[in-house]
Amino acid sequence: MSIMEYNGGSVVAMVGKNCVAIASDLRLGNQALNVATFDKIFPVTDRIYIGLSGLATDVSTLRERFRFRVNMYTIKEEREIEPDTFAHLVSSTLYEKRFGPFFIEPVIAGISSPSRGSKPFIAAADLIGCLNFAKDFVVAGTASSELFGIAEGLWEPDLEPEDLFETISQTLLNAVDRDAFSGWGAVVHVITPDRVITRTLKGRMD
Amino acid sequence: MECQFALTGKGYVIVASDTTAARSIVKMKDDEDKIKTLGPHMLMSYSGEPGDTVQFAEYIERNLRLHQIRYHHPLRPSSAASWIRRQLADSLRSRSPYAVNLLVGGYDIATSEPHLYWIDYLGTMAHIPFAAQGYGSYFALSLLDRYHNPEASLEEGLETLRRCISEVEKRLIVGLGKFKVKVVDRNGTREIEL
Repeated sequence: MSIMEYNGGSVVAMVGKNCVAIASDLRLGNQALNVATFDKIFPVTDRIYIGLSGLATDVSTLRERFRFRVNMYTIKEEREIEPDTFAHLVSSTLYEKRFGPFFIEPVIAGISSPSRGSKPFIAAADLIGCLNFAKDFVVAGTASSELFGIAEGLWEPDLEPEDLFETISQTLLNAVDRDAFSGWGAVVHVITPDRVITRTLKGRMD
Repeated sequence: MECQFALTGKGYVIVASDTTAARSIVKMKDDEDKIKTLGPHMLMSYSGEPGDTVQFAEYIERNLRLHQIRYHHPLRPSSAASWIRRQLADSLRSRSPYAVNLLVGGYDIATSEPHLYWIDYLGTMAHIPFAAQGYGSYFALSLLDRYHNPEASLEEGLETLRRCISEVEKRLIVGLGKFKVKVVDRNGTREIEL
Protein backbone atom coordinates (compact mmCIF):
# COMPACT_ATOMS: atom_id res chain seq x y z
CA MET A 1 0.00 0.00 0.00
CA SER A 2 1.50 3.30 -1.10
CA ILE A 3 2.05 6.03 1.48
CA MET A 4 0.36 8.54 -0.81
CA GLU A 5 -2.81 6.42 -0.75
CA TYR A 6 -2.87 5.75 3.00
CA ASN A 7 -5.30 8.54 3.88
CA GLY A 8 -6.81 9.23 0.42
CA GLY A 9 -8.05 12.51 -0.98
CA SER A 10 -7.94 14.53 -4.18
CA VAL A 11 -7.62 18.18 -5.20
CA VAL A 12 -8.26 20.00 -8.48
CA ALA A 13 -7.84 23.63 -9.59
CA MET A 14 -9.01 25.38 -12.75
CA VAL A 15 -8.54 28.73 -14.48
CA GLY A 16 -11.49 30.85 -15.62
CA LYS A 17 -12.03 34.39 -16.91
CA ASN A 18 -10.43 36.61 -14.24
CA CYS A 19 -11.06 33.92 -11.67
CA VAL A 20 -9.72 30.60 -10.44
CA ALA A 21 -11.37 27.77 -8.58
CA ILE A 22 -9.91 25.11 -6.32
CA ALA A 23 -11.82 22.12 -4.99
CA SER A 24 -11.16 19.03 -2.92
CA ASP A 25 -12.96 16.10 -1.39
CA LEU A 26 -13.22 15.83 2.39
CA ARG A 27 -12.23 12.23 3.08
CA LEU A 28 -9.74 11.28 5.75
CA GLY A 29 -9.35 7.52 5.82
CA ASN A 30 -7.20 4.89 7.42
CA GLN A 31 -6.66 2.70 4.36
CA ALA A 32 -10.14 1.30 3.75
CA LEU A 33 -11.80 2.78 6.88
CA ASN A 34 -13.31 6.29 6.73
CA VAL A 35 -12.32 8.26 9.82
CA ALA A 36 -13.35 11.91 9.48
CA THR A 37 -14.08 14.86 7.27
CA PHE A 38 -10.82 16.67 6.75
CA ASP A 39 -10.41 19.92 4.88
CA LYS A 40 -7.37 19.94 2.62
CA ILE A 41 -7.56 23.47 1.20
CA PHE A 42 -6.19 26.39 3.21
CA PRO A 43 -6.07 30.12 2.55
CA VAL A 44 -2.56 31.53 2.25
CA THR A 45 -3.62 35.11 1.63
CA ASP A 46 -6.99 36.61 0.67
CA ARG A 47 -6.33 35.70 -2.95
CA ILE A 48 -4.21 32.56 -2.78
CA TYR A 49 -5.39 29.13 -1.67
CA ILE A 50 -3.37 25.94 -1.43
CA GLY A 51 -4.78 22.41 -1.52
CA LEU A 52 -2.66 19.57 -0.15
CA SER A 53 -3.37 15.94 -1.04
CA GLY A 54 -1.46 12.99 0.32
CA LEU A 55 -0.53 11.89 3.83
CA ALA A 56 -2.74 13.74 6.31
CA THR A 57 -0.11 14.31 8.99
CA ASP A 58 2.11 16.03 6.41
CA VAL A 59 -0.92 18.07 5.23
CA SER A 60 -1.22 19.50 8.77
CA THR A 61 2.55 19.90 9.20
CA LEU A 62 3.03 21.65 5.87
CA ARG A 63 0.05 23.90 6.42
CA GLU A 64 1.69 25.14 9.62
CA ARG A 65 5.08 25.44 7.88
CA PHE A 66 3.69 27.44 4.94
CA ARG A 67 1.75 29.67 7.31
CA PHE A 68 5.01 30.40 9.17
CA ARG A 69 7.05 31.06 6.01
CA VAL A 70 4.38 33.27 4.44
CA ASN A 71 4.05 35.26 7.68
CA MET A 72 7.83 35.78 7.74
CA TYR A 73 7.70 36.84 4.09
CA THR A 74 4.91 39.35 4.79
CA ILE A 75 6.75 40.80 7.78
CA LYS A 76 10.07 41.13 5.97
CA GLU A 77 8.73 42.30 2.60
CA GLU A 78 5.93 44.44 4.09
CA ARG A 79 3.59 43.26 1.33
CA GLU A 80 1.52 40.20 0.50
CA ILE A 81 3.14 37.34 -1.36
CA GLU A 82 2.28 36.86 -5.05
CA PRO A 83 0.92 33.49 -6.27
CA ASP A 84 3.92 32.56 -8.40
CA THR A 85 6.34 33.53 -5.63
CA PHE A 86 4.34 31.36 -3.24
CA ALA A 87 4.54 28.46 -5.71
CA HIS A 88 8.32 28.74 -5.66
CA LEU A 89 8.23 28.92 -1.86
CA VAL A 90 6.30 25.64 -1.86
CA SER A 91 8.79 24.12 -4.27
CA SER A 92 11.83 25.03 -2.19
CA THR A 93 10.17 23.90 1.05
CA LEU A 94 9.54 20.48 -0.49
CA TYR A 95 12.96 20.17 -2.14
CA GLU A 96 14.65 20.86 1.23
CA LYS A 97 13.47 17.33 2.09
CA ARG A 98 14.59 15.79 -1.19
CA PHE A 99 15.91 12.58 0.43
CA GLY A 100 13.22 12.23 3.08
CA PRO A 101 10.22 13.99 1.57
CA PHE A 102 6.85 15.09 2.79
CA PHE A 103 4.25 12.84 1.14
CA ILE A 104 2.22 15.68 -0.32
CA GLU A 105 1.12 16.82 -3.76
CA PRO A 106 0.20 20.52 -3.46
CA VAL A 107 -2.14 22.43 -5.75
CA ILE A 108 -2.00 26.23 -5.68
CA ALA A 109 -4.66 28.61 -7.00
CA GLY A 110 -4.64 32.37 -6.78
CA ILE A 111 -4.98 35.76 -8.39
CA SER A 112 -2.03 38.14 -8.57
CA SER A 113 -2.28 41.55 -6.94
CA PRO A 114 -3.93 44.49 -8.76
CA SER A 115 -0.51 46.12 -9.30
CA ARG A 116 0.45 43.02 -11.34
CA GLY A 117 -2.75 42.84 -13.31
CA SER A 118 -5.01 40.56 -11.20
CA LYS A 119 -4.07 37.60 -13.36
CA PRO A 120 -5.42 34.13 -12.52
CA PHE A 121 -2.74 31.60 -11.58
CA ILE A 122 -2.67 27.87 -10.88
CA ALA A 123 0.20 25.50 -10.26
CA ALA A 124 0.84 22.02 -8.92
CA ALA A 125 3.94 20.25 -7.65
CA ASP A 126 5.05 16.74 -6.95
CA LEU A 127 6.27 15.62 -3.54
CA ILE A 128 9.79 16.94 -4.08
CA GLY A 129 8.76 20.31 -5.47
CA CYS A 130 8.77 19.98 -9.25
CA LEU A 131 6.38 22.72 -10.34
CA ASN A 132 3.80 22.44 -13.10
CA PHE A 133 2.45 25.80 -14.33
CA ALA A 134 -0.60 24.74 -16.29
CA LYS A 135 -2.74 27.18 -18.23
CA ASP A 136 -5.98 25.23 -17.87
CA PHE A 137 -6.25 22.91 -14.86
CA VAL A 138 -4.15 20.92 -12.39
CA VAL A 139 -5.02 17.77 -10.46
CA ALA A 140 -3.56 15.80 -7.55
CA GLY A 141 -4.41 12.91 -5.27
CA THR A 142 -5.71 9.35 -5.45
CA ALA A 143 -8.31 10.26 -8.12
CA SER A 144 -5.86 12.24 -10.26
CA SER A 145 -6.25 9.99 -13.33
CA GLU A 146 -10.04 10.27 -13.14
CA LEU A 147 -9.77 14.03 -12.61
CA PHE A 148 -7.54 14.41 -15.68
CA GLY A 149 -10.07 12.61 -17.85
CA ILE A 150 -13.13 14.57 -16.80
CA ALA A 151 -11.36 17.93 -16.62
CA GLU A 152 -10.04 17.47 -20.16
CA GLY A 153 -13.58 16.87 -21.33
CA LEU A 154 -15.41 19.60 -19.39
CA TRP A 155 -12.94 22.48 -19.25
CA GLU A 156 -13.04 25.30 -21.74
CA PRO A 157 -11.24 28.65 -21.63
CA ASP A 158 -12.74 31.90 -20.28
CA LEU A 159 -15.43 30.49 -18.04
CA GLU A 160 -17.22 33.03 -15.84
CA PRO A 161 -17.07 32.39 -12.06
CA GLU A 162 -20.53 30.79 -11.90
CA ASP A 163 -19.82 28.51 -14.87
CA LEU A 164 -16.36 27.69 -13.55
CA PHE A 165 -17.97 26.64 -10.27
CA GLU A 166 -20.31 24.25 -12.09
CA THR A 167 -17.50 22.84 -14.21
CA ILE A 168 -15.09 22.21 -11.35
CA SER A 169 -17.85 20.78 -9.15
CA GLN A 170 -18.92 18.25 -11.76
CA THR A 171 -15.29 17.38 -12.48
CA LEU A 172 -14.56 16.66 -8.84
CA LEU A 173 -17.80 14.88 -7.90
CA ASN A 174 -17.73 12.48 -10.83
CA ALA A 175 -14.02 11.75 -10.52
CA VAL A 176 -14.15 10.92 -6.80
CA ASP A 177 -17.20 8.69 -7.33
CA ARG A 178 -14.94 6.42 -9.34
CA ASP A 179 -12.23 6.33 -6.67
CA ALA A 180 -12.62 4.37 -3.45
CA PHE A 181 -10.13 6.51 -1.54
CA SER A 182 -11.68 9.91 -2.31
CA GLY A 183 -15.10 11.35 -1.63
CA TRP A 184 -17.12 11.79 1.57
CA GLY A 185 -18.19 15.30 0.58
CA ALA A 186 -16.49 18.14 -1.27
CA VAL A 187 -15.67 21.82 -0.91
CA VAL A 188 -15.12 24.40 -3.68
CA HIS A 189 -13.53 27.84 -3.44
CA VAL A 190 -14.01 30.28 -6.34
CA ILE A 191 -11.49 33.13 -6.14
CA THR A 192 -12.18 36.41 -7.94
CA PRO A 193 -10.29 39.72 -7.63
CA ASP A 194 -12.75 41.09 -5.08
CA ARG A 195 -13.89 38.04 -3.10
CA VAL A 196 -13.79 34.30 -2.48
CA ILE A 197 -16.97 32.21 -2.52
CA THR A 198 -16.77 28.93 -0.65
CA ARG A 199 -19.40 26.26 -1.19
CA THR A 200 -19.74 22.78 0.30
CA LEU A 201 -21.08 20.19 -2.13
CA LYS A 202 -23.37 17.30 -1.34
CA GLY A 203 -21.79 14.14 -2.68
CA ARG A 204 -22.08 10.39 -2.26
CA MET A 205 -21.00 9.47 1.27
CA ASP A 206 -19.52 6.17 0.31
CA MET B 1 -5.96 -5.81 20.20
CA GLU B 2 -6.67 -2.71 22.27
CA CYS B 3 -9.90 -0.89 21.88
CA GLN B 4 -10.92 2.67 22.74
CA PHE B 5 -14.01 4.77 22.14
CA ALA B 6 -14.92 8.36 22.73
CA LEU B 7 -18.02 10.43 22.03
CA THR B 8 -19.25 13.95 22.67
CA GLY B 9 -22.65 14.96 23.95
CA LYS B 10 -24.37 17.98 25.43
CA GLY B 11 -21.63 19.53 27.51
CA TYR B 12 -19.51 16.41 28.02
CA VAL B 13 -17.03 14.02 26.43
CA ILE B 14 -17.01 10.31 27.35
CA VAL B 15 -13.72 8.43 26.88
CA ALA B 16 -13.67 4.67 27.30
CA SER B 17 -10.83 2.19 27.05
CA ASP B 18 -10.35 -1.52 27.59
CA THR B 19 -8.29 -2.47 30.65
CA THR B 20 -6.28 -5.38 29.30
CA ALA B 21 -2.48 -5.46 29.33
CA ALA B 22 -1.38 -8.42 27.23
CA ARG B 23 1.71 -9.77 25.50
CA SER B 24 1.30 -12.42 22.81
CA ILE B 25 -1.06 -15.07 24.27
CA VAL B 26 -0.76 -13.95 27.89
CA LYS B 27 -3.11 -11.48 29.59
CA MET B 28 -0.86 -9.98 32.26
CA LYS B 29 -3.28 -7.49 33.77
CA ASP B 30 -7.00 -6.75 33.56
CA ASP B 31 -7.22 -3.44 35.43
CA GLU B 32 -4.83 -1.24 33.46
CA ASP B 33 -5.82 2.44 33.32
CA LYS B 34 -5.16 3.70 29.79
CA ILE B 35 -6.82 7.09 30.17
CA LYS B 36 -4.65 9.92 31.48
CA THR B 37 -6.03 13.13 32.92
CA LEU B 38 -4.19 15.97 31.20
CA GLY B 39 -5.77 18.84 33.05
CA PRO B 40 -8.85 19.93 34.97
CA HIS B 41 -10.97 19.48 31.83
CA MET B 42 -9.08 17.12 29.56
CA LEU B 43 -8.64 13.38 29.16
CA MET B 44 -6.43 11.37 26.82
CA SER B 45 -6.67 7.66 26.10
CA TYR B 46 -3.64 5.97 24.55
CA SER B 47 -2.85 2.69 22.83
CA GLY B 48 -0.10 1.20 20.68
CA GLU B 49 3.44 -0.03 21.20
CA PRO B 50 3.94 -1.09 24.84
CA GLY B 51 6.39 1.20 26.59
CA ASP B 52 6.02 3.95 23.98
CA THR B 53 2.46 4.41 25.19
CA VAL B 54 3.15 5.16 28.83
CA GLN B 55 6.37 7.10 28.06
CA PHE B 56 4.58 9.34 25.58
CA ALA B 57 1.44 9.76 27.66
CA GLU B 58 3.42 10.77 30.75
CA TYR B 59 5.58 13.12 28.66
CA ILE B 60 2.41 14.84 27.44
CA GLU B 61 0.81 14.89 30.88
CA ARG B 62 3.82 16.43 32.53
CA ASN B 63 4.45 19.03 29.85
CA LEU B 64 0.84 20.16 29.95
CA ARG B 65 1.06 20.37 33.72
CA LEU B 66 4.27 22.42 33.37
CA HIS B 67 2.43 24.79 31.03
CA GLN B 68 -0.30 25.18 33.62
CA ILE B 69 2.25 25.90 36.34
CA ARG B 70 4.16 28.43 34.24
CA TYR B 71 1.18 30.31 32.87
CA HIS B 72 -1.39 29.78 35.66
CA HIS B 73 -3.79 28.63 32.98
CA PRO B 74 -4.36 25.23 31.37
CA LEU B 75 -4.26 24.90 27.59
CA ARG B 76 -7.59 24.76 25.79
CA PRO B 77 -8.47 21.38 24.19
CA SER B 78 -7.77 22.53 20.60
CA SER B 79 -4.40 24.05 21.52
CA ALA B 80 -3.42 21.02 23.59
CA ALA B 81 -4.42 18.66 20.78
CA SER B 82 -2.40 20.68 18.23
CA TRP B 83 0.60 20.59 20.54
CA ILE B 84 0.25 16.85 21.08
CA ARG B 85 -0.08 16.31 17.30
CA ARG B 86 3.07 18.36 16.77
CA GLN B 87 4.98 16.13 19.21
CA LEU B 88 3.94 13.02 17.26
CA ALA B 89 4.62 14.63 13.86
CA ASP B 90 8.14 15.62 14.99
CA SER B 91 8.72 12.15 16.41
CA LEU B 92 7.68 10.50 13.12
CA ARG B 93 10.86 11.46 11.25
CA SER B 94 13.19 11.06 14.21
CA ARG B 95 15.50 8.15 14.97
CA SER B 96 12.85 6.17 16.81
CA PRO B 97 9.23 7.33 16.44
CA TYR B 98 6.55 6.87 19.07
CA ALA B 99 3.96 4.35 17.92
CA VAL B 100 1.03 5.64 20.00
CA ASN B 101 -2.59 6.30 19.00
CA LEU B 102 -4.65 8.73 21.05
CA LEU B 103 -8.13 10.04 21.70
CA VAL B 104 -8.05 13.47 23.33
CA GLY B 105 -11.31 14.69 24.85
CA GLY B 106 -11.73 18.03 26.56
CA TYR B 107 -14.28 20.58 27.68
CA ASP B 108 -13.45 24.13 26.63
CA ILE B 109 -14.60 26.34 29.51
CA ALA B 110 -14.16 29.49 27.41
CA THR B 111 -16.80 28.47 24.84
CA SER B 112 -18.62 25.81 26.94
CA GLU B 113 -18.17 23.27 24.16
CA PRO B 114 -16.96 19.68 24.34
CA HIS B 115 -14.21 18.72 21.88
CA LEU B 116 -12.82 15.39 20.75
CA TYR B 117 -9.67 14.77 18.72
CA TRP B 118 -8.56 11.51 17.09
CA ILE B 119 -4.76 11.46 16.73
CA ASP B 120 -2.87 8.54 15.26
CA TYR B 121 0.82 7.59 15.53
CA LEU B 122 1.70 9.49 12.34
CA GLY B 123 0.40 12.76 13.75
CA THR B 124 -2.86 12.70 11.79
CA MET B 125 -5.40 14.73 13.72
CA ALA B 126 -9.16 14.81 13.15
CA HIS B 127 -11.70 16.86 15.12
CA ILE B 128 -14.81 14.72 15.21
CA PRO B 129 -17.97 14.16 17.31
CA PHE B 130 -17.15 10.49 18.01
CA ALA B 131 -14.13 8.28 17.46
CA ALA B 132 -12.56 4.89 18.03
CA GLN B 133 -9.04 3.46 17.99
CA GLY B 134 -8.02 -0.13 17.38
CA TYR B 135 -9.96 -3.04 15.91
CA GLY B 136 -13.03 -1.84 17.80
CA SER B 137 -13.35 0.97 15.28
CA TYR B 138 -14.42 -1.48 12.57
CA PHE B 139 -17.40 -2.49 14.71
CA ALA B 140 -18.26 0.70 16.54
CA LEU B 141 -18.00 3.51 14.00
CA SER B 142 -21.05 2.49 12.00
CA LEU B 143 -23.05 2.05 15.23
CA LEU B 144 -22.01 5.54 16.24
CA ASP B 145 -22.92 6.90 12.78
CA ARG B 146 -26.44 5.61 13.40
CA TYR B 147 -27.00 6.19 17.14
CA HIS B 148 -24.83 9.13 18.09
CA ASN B 149 -26.64 12.33 19.03
CA PRO B 150 -24.46 15.37 19.69
CA GLU B 151 -27.19 16.82 21.93
CA ALA B 152 -27.66 13.66 23.98
CA SER B 153 -27.69 13.70 27.77
CA LEU B 154 -25.00 11.82 29.65
CA GLU B 155 -27.30 8.84 30.20
CA GLU B 156 -28.10 8.58 26.50
CA GLY B 157 -24.40 8.89 25.65
CA LEU B 158 -23.55 6.08 28.04
CA GLU B 159 -26.29 3.96 26.46
CA THR B 160 -24.72 4.48 23.03
CA LEU B 161 -21.35 3.56 24.50
CA ARG B 162 -22.84 0.37 25.94
CA ARG B 163 -24.02 -0.56 22.44
CA CYS B 164 -20.48 -0.19 21.10
CA ILE B 165 -18.94 -2.19 23.91
CA SER B 166 -21.45 -5.06 23.59
CA GLU B 167 -20.86 -5.21 19.85
CA VAL B 168 -17.12 -5.52 20.41
CA GLU B 169 -17.69 -8.13 23.14
CA LYS B 170 -19.85 -10.10 20.76
CA ARG B 171 -17.80 -9.91 17.56
CA LEU B 172 -14.14 -9.30 18.39
CA ILE B 173 -12.25 -12.58 18.59
CA VAL B 174 -10.32 -11.42 21.69
CA GLY B 175 -12.33 -10.99 24.91
CA LEU B 176 -11.49 -7.58 26.31
CA GLY B 177 -13.28 -7.75 29.63
CA LYS B 178 -14.13 -4.59 31.51
CA PHE B 179 -13.93 -1.10 30.04
CA LYS B 180 -12.82 1.90 32.03
CA VAL B 181 -15.05 4.91 31.34
CA LYS B 182 -14.23 8.51 32.21
CA VAL B 183 -16.22 11.67 31.60
CA VAL B 184 -15.14 15.28 31.28
CA ASP B 185 -17.65 18.10 31.61
CA ARG B 186 -17.78 21.62 33.05
CA ASN B 187 -17.22 20.25 36.56
CA GLY B 188 -14.03 18.41 35.63
CA THR B 189 -13.11 14.78 35.07
CA ARG B 190 -14.46 11.73 36.84
CA GLU B 191 -14.68 8.00 36.40
CA ILE B 192 -18.03 6.33 35.75
CA GLU B 193 -19.26 2.80 36.43
CA LEU B 194 -21.07 1.55 33.32
